[in-house]
Amino acid sequence: MSAPALPVADARSAARRSPAARPRKIKVAHPRAIAIFIVPFAVLFTLFYLIPIGYAIYQSLLVVERDGTFGKATQVFGGLTQYIAVFQNGPFWESIGRVLAFGVVQVPVMLGLALLFALLLDSPLLRGKRFFRLAFFVPYAVPGVIAAIMWGFLYSPNLSPFTALTSNVSFLSADLVLWAIANVVTWVYVGYNMLIIYSALLAIPTEIYEAARLDGAGQLRIAWSIKIPLIMPAIVLTGIFSIIGTLQLLAEPQVFRTFSSAVTSTFTPNLMVYSTSSIPNVSLAAAFSVVLALATFVLSFSFLKFTQRKEGK
Amino acid sequence: MSALTETPTATRTAKRARSNNPAPKVAKESPLSRIGAMTVMLVFTLYFLIPIWWLFIAGTKSSAQFTSTNPLWFADFNLFANIGNLVAYRDGVFLKWMLNSALYAGAGALLATLFAGMAGYALAKYRFPGRELLFNIVLGGVLVPATALALPLFLIFSQVSLTNTFWAVFLPSLVSPFGVYLTRIFAAASVPDELIEAARLDGAGEVRTFFTVSVKLMFPALVTVFLFQFVAIWNNFFLPLIMLRDETLFPVTLGLYAWNSQVNQIPELRGYVLIGALLSIIPLIILFLLLQRFWRNGLGAGSVK
Repeated sequence: MSAPALPVADARSAARRSPAARPRKIKVAHPRAIAIFIVPFAVLFTLFYLIPIGYAIYQSLLVVERDGTFGKATQVFGGLTQYIAVFQNGPFWESIGRVLAFGVVQVPVMLGLALLFALLLDSPLLRGKRFFRLAFFVPYAVPGVIAAIMWGFLYSPNLSPFTALTSNVSFLSADLVLWAIANVVTWVYVGYNMLIIYSALLAIPTEIYEAARLDGAGQLRIAWSIKIPLIMPAIVLTGIFSIIGTLQLLAEPQVFRTFSSAVTSTFTPNLMVYSTSSIPNVSLAAAFSVVLALATFVLSFSFLKFTQRKEGK
Repeated sequence: MSALTETPTATRTAKRARSNNPAPKVAKESPLSRIGAMTVMLVFTLYFLIPIWWLFIAGTKSSAQFTSTNPLWFADFNLFANIGNLVAYRDGVFLKWMLNSALYAGAGALLATLFAGMAGYALAKYRFPGRELLFNIVLGGVLVPATALALPLFLIFSQVSLTNTFWAVFLPSLVSPFGVYLTRIFAAASVPDELIEAARLDGAGEVRTFFTVSVKLMFPALVTVFLFQFVAIWNNFFLPLIMLRDETLFPVTLGLYAWNSQVNQIPELRGYVLIGALLSIIPLIILFLLLQRFWRNGLGAGSVK
């Protein structure tokens, strides 16, 4: 994880600005103050970020060996044994495929809605903007677990206020439950993404629009040709966070296991990690975690590269 | 970045000026697009608020009326009786969960903000070897999702016999790489070097300058970091799920999850889950409303620049 993605641009250019070959011994002003500021965070970051990542990698390289069937179990170095097991594990790749399908549909829908609402809030077309902004953001205050419990009731064939719909369409069936969960996630996060995009819109100086308006450009044209290109960085940011969130899906499907037997213990990669670790087979679970983290990283990083290339054109 | 320091009122008046004071020849928005825009927003207002409205209504009903009356309108108002029952159930374990959540999220977010703010400030305002490396590693941390760390954290905590304790959930939540990123950018833009220099001339130490002068200038960013960390901890599920066995240590999300998974065996829990869910979202809504002025402006800081 040494190559971070999004905000790197500015760090990298800063590094370029300062000459690489600095004199070896430079006198650092205020070393004591710097230590006081940095050390608490650095220690905690090392203990609860770096060491766990290292430990997960270490653990994933171990295998359990027994002397005979009932002998004492010992952990020994097993090389990439666990990773071979990961790549041969059908349910794991099915769960990856499931969250990818989920992301391909849910992320564009959610961000499309968020963008639409942000543009409407920023246009002169609406009244009561304060109200809409708050109303759309409120679901973000509902924890994923609670949102899932709530929607679980709303989907249920006999308790729902919309029984006319839910008694005919089974949202909790094997075919639909993934999209029922997608709706819960969308419901929670649209307003949050809307606000990120909206605050990027607020930062655009209004003079930019004046010329376009004098030329007779309508709101739609201004939004499409001026606003959207200018807020692209914010949209990319929300995209990356959404991709990460999708691959990490856990709370909502875990809650839905109560409502629907179609959600199995291997439904998403993280559920897989959880159920494998409670067998317990921690080494395999650690290998799942490492592969999942790498997949997340590769995906969000290539998304960033892809969007940057498109912008560059 | 300039929009961040603007007060919301200033932004709003600027926008109003923009729409009320168009140049003479500019076409007015057609009433049709106004109606279209309002319709879209009103339909989605229903989508966002009806579930919460339903939950509130469900919370006011006795369990007999829950199934027999209109789910979206009041029957006999039993909200307070329901809350009383919930609080009394199993020696008030629900209240214990709410307090746990408040402690995990409140104290955790406060300390996380302090540490992230100090680190971000030092990264923005001091030059020292390894500064860029440190910042890049922290940025890598932004992309590591909390859930990916839960399992290895569990393994490490079990080595030192700290699983199933308060600390197992509390300590990992003190780290906010995103907070360092945000406060660094914000400090670079909003704390002038001249001001720090002036404080130095007045004889104030570096640390004191940070706490008396710089913190005030960084306040919007700090509130944003606090709020996001608070929400992240309050909503956290995986870490407590694998760390905790003792239900008196549960945060409210895990507690309600545990009840909800027993609803099929113990049907009376259904009512408690619903009223508990309602109560559990109120603190966050209040926090958002109280701090709106800050998060509205700070939120964009990460992406605007």
